[in-house]
Amino acid sequence: MGWDLDDGLAGLDHNVLTGRVEDLVRWARKSSLMPATFGLACCAIEMMGAGGAHYDLARFGMEVFRASPRQADLMIVAGRVSQKMAPVLRQVYDQMMEPKWVISMGVCASSGGMFNNYAIVQGVDQIVPVDVYAPGCPPGPETLIHAINTLHGKILTGEILRRRDETGAGAEIHIEQRDGQSEPVVLAGRD
Amino acid sequence: MTDADADTPDGDEGATEATEGPEPIHGAPVTEHRGHRTAHVARDGLLDLVKALRDEGWLMLLDVTAVDQLTNANRAPLPEGVAPERFELHVLLMSHREASRLTLKVQVPEDDPTVPSLFALHPGAEALEREVFDMFGIGFDGHPDLTRILMPEDWEGHPLRKDYAVGRIPVQFKGDPGPR
Amino acid sequence: MTTTDIHEKGVALTSEGAQELQPRDIAGGTEVLREMGCVLRLSEAEVAALGDVDDDDATTTIMNMGPQHPSTHGVLRLMLELDGEEVLRTKPVVGYLHTGMEKTGEQLTYLQGPTNVTRMDYAAPLFNELVFSLATEKLLGIEVPERATWIRMLLCELNRLSSHLLFIATNGMDVGAVSMMIYGWREREETLRVLELITGLRMNHNFIRPGGVAADLPEGWQAAVRNLLDTVPARLDEYEVLLTDQPVYQERLQGVGVITTEECIALGLTGPILRSTGYAWDLRRDVPYLAYDEVDFDVVVGSYGDCFDRYSIRLAEARESMRIIAQILDRLPAGDYRVQDKKVTPPPRARIDESMEALIHHFKIFTEGFKVPAGEAYAAVESPRGELGCLLVSDGSAKPYRMRVRGPSFMNVQALPHMMHGGLIADGVAIISSADPIMGEVDR
Repeated sequence: MGWDLDDGLAGLDHNVLTGRVEDLVRWARKSSLMPATFGLACCAIEMMGAGGAHYDLARFGMEVFRASPRQADLMIVAGRVSQKMAPVLRQVYDQMMEPKWVISMGVCASSGGMFNNYAIVQGVDQIVPVDVYAPGCPPGPETLIHAINTLHGKILTGEILRRRDETGAGAEIHIEQRDGQSEPVVLAGRD
Repeated sequence: MTDADADTPDGDEGATEATEGPEPIHGAPVTEHRGHRTAHVARDGLLDLVKALRDEGWLMLLDVTAVDQLTNANRAPLPEGVAPERFELHVLLMSHREASRLTLKVQVPEDDPTVPSLFALHPGAEALEREVFDMFGIGFDGHPDLTRILMPEDWEGHPLRKDYAVGRIPVQFKGDPGPR
Repeated sequence: MTTTDIHEKGVALTSEGAQELQPRDIAGGTEVLREMGCVLRLSEAEVAALGDVDDDDATTTIMNMGPQHPSTHGVLRLMLELDGEEVLRTKPVVGYLHTGMEKTGEQLTYLQGPTNVTRMDYAAPLFNELVFSLATEKLLGIEVPERATWIRMLLCELNRLSSHLLFIATNGMDVGAVSMMIYGWREREETLRVLELITGLRMNHNFIRPGGVAADLPEGWQAAVRNLLDTVPARLDEYEVLLTDQPVYQERLQGVGVITTEECIALGLTGPILRSTGYAWDLRRDVPYLAYDEVDFDVVVGSYGDCFDRYSIRLAEARESMRIIAQILDRLPAGDYRVQDKKVTPPPRARIDESMEALIHHFKIFTEGFKVPAGEAYAAVESPRGELGCLLVSDGSAKPYRMRVRGPSFMNVQALPHMMHGGLIADGVAIISSADPIMGEVDR
């Protein structure tokens, strides 16, 4: 290429990338999603496992779980939502600022799960618009990561927000459970 | 404690037979089933019995719960003189010295579902009694704060009663929409 | 904080003025709580009404912590009455995870029961399954084969190890050693891998069923378990360096959340909290179940009843669990993994293709369920949090008439006001963490 400092701006037209601000914004949004801590039950343990060293959500920019909903983009509803908890869930969702997304992790959050009774809200989509449903009881960290990657893909295209503006509903993408696919690897010790 | 509790039960067959033999505890008749003793006491005698037992070393209150015997066709037999009621309150005590447990059963009628509270003797009963109140509607006299603990405070109905439906929503492809 | 300090402060804070201290009965409820004044008793409506009161002279604030909070270990809500930063009285509000499991338990058969109870204490699911199965077997009057008993013991000790690792990880994180979360989970993944090899799932296994266990141990399990026993002790030593020996950690936890034996017994607490006060009570040794009377292990007790003792006890118990697992590895007997009683155990899957009778038998057990004789039974085990008990009342049908699970965390949460009284809010976080409540078994 042979661009020299003395060439000044004249030599730069080969080294400039152009694009749309929209794409840049969507890329930034998906690369640094900050989940709100909404671990309720067993799925919360698997969510913490996904944040741990073996499955590592930090690769996707998501290891920072913000406790305050004001600072969060993504609400991963991990666990069963009881009648008493439902208004709290809605209040936390309302406190989050746009743009926001919701992943319903596990069957209890998606549909009430095995608890079809008086105490559990049959699906968190009765309360908040859900973008991705991750099945499993509990979904392993691999399934959760698959759900997150699916959401990232949709954020990049911008479809979800467009649809949310029009209908108020979430994207409601159902994914497959993906556990047990990786070969277990024993982590080496320090000695 | 001088109760001879080593009476061998009359065999494990016939779960519907109460074995004779276990001595009453402080006047309350005792039945034994599969090695576990149950003392049957009336509501007004409950506090005295619990206090007497506590003085003898039954220091730990493990559990306070209730059973709604409304639709039970094969209820556990009660000794003579104990009239069966709709609710049975179970109080589970433990003695560490003897490493054994003892259940106290109190029959609670449906039209007047109140029992004296064990809070003054065993403070750990506070949350347990609140749960029994929440789930069954049994009131406890002398409890410092008898409000619902598991359901929202304004919930109506007592979920674990047998006449309270389980609250299923109809689900496609699940057979037997019946009386579950 | 000594007990005398608590008494003096407690007396001054009650609305009844100064009182003579009577010699205190060891389990007397009213005296304990009146002197100490630890528990806040206000309904939610009353608290909401307080917000409208404009009182400049008020010196105490009532603040809400949770249910959505990073440090409350699940959906626990605490209403704190604060004087500045100091916690005076507390009211734990639970019920945010109430799942109606006891009602659901009445709708499911005894074979489906473990799927329901396993989700109560979700950090130690195999214990819930074990206690339910033990109570069912008492009602059925059957005896489980020896190999099944030892396999159950192996799984429970592995689960105890993973639960205590979870505790150490979250305890470190709550106190500020955030990297502890990563280290603890690293070890926990190893344990979960072994559990996945044996049971097929990482969590909520539904493996311990009435009659035995669901399947025999697979090939390669000894190598996996031995690998675990080789790697984990060295890592626990690393935790000693990172946490136990660190002055900051010691300052945060020593002397914080002190509770005495009398209070524990009065409140019905069991498990590490009771043992931290110096009282040696462990169901595995004192009311042995499974085959715990045939293995060697120590019951670990503390001396001060503070958070540091509870942490040390759980760390030591993790080592004791590994000791038990090593003994099980050597001594696991051969035999059946499930009682061969046709009424309770479904036939092996291969036979279903061959025999019509086996097919019908399988069908009946999985749809209708097996009938259990009428009666009542209570079984209890020592879970990582204390005495986990299950009361089953049967009316002779295939579904429990009443299923009651006595979760230790339900009682442990009652002790929080007593431990948090007089401390700072940050100490409150450490105390909740040291009580290690799992809200699934609190609310069921």
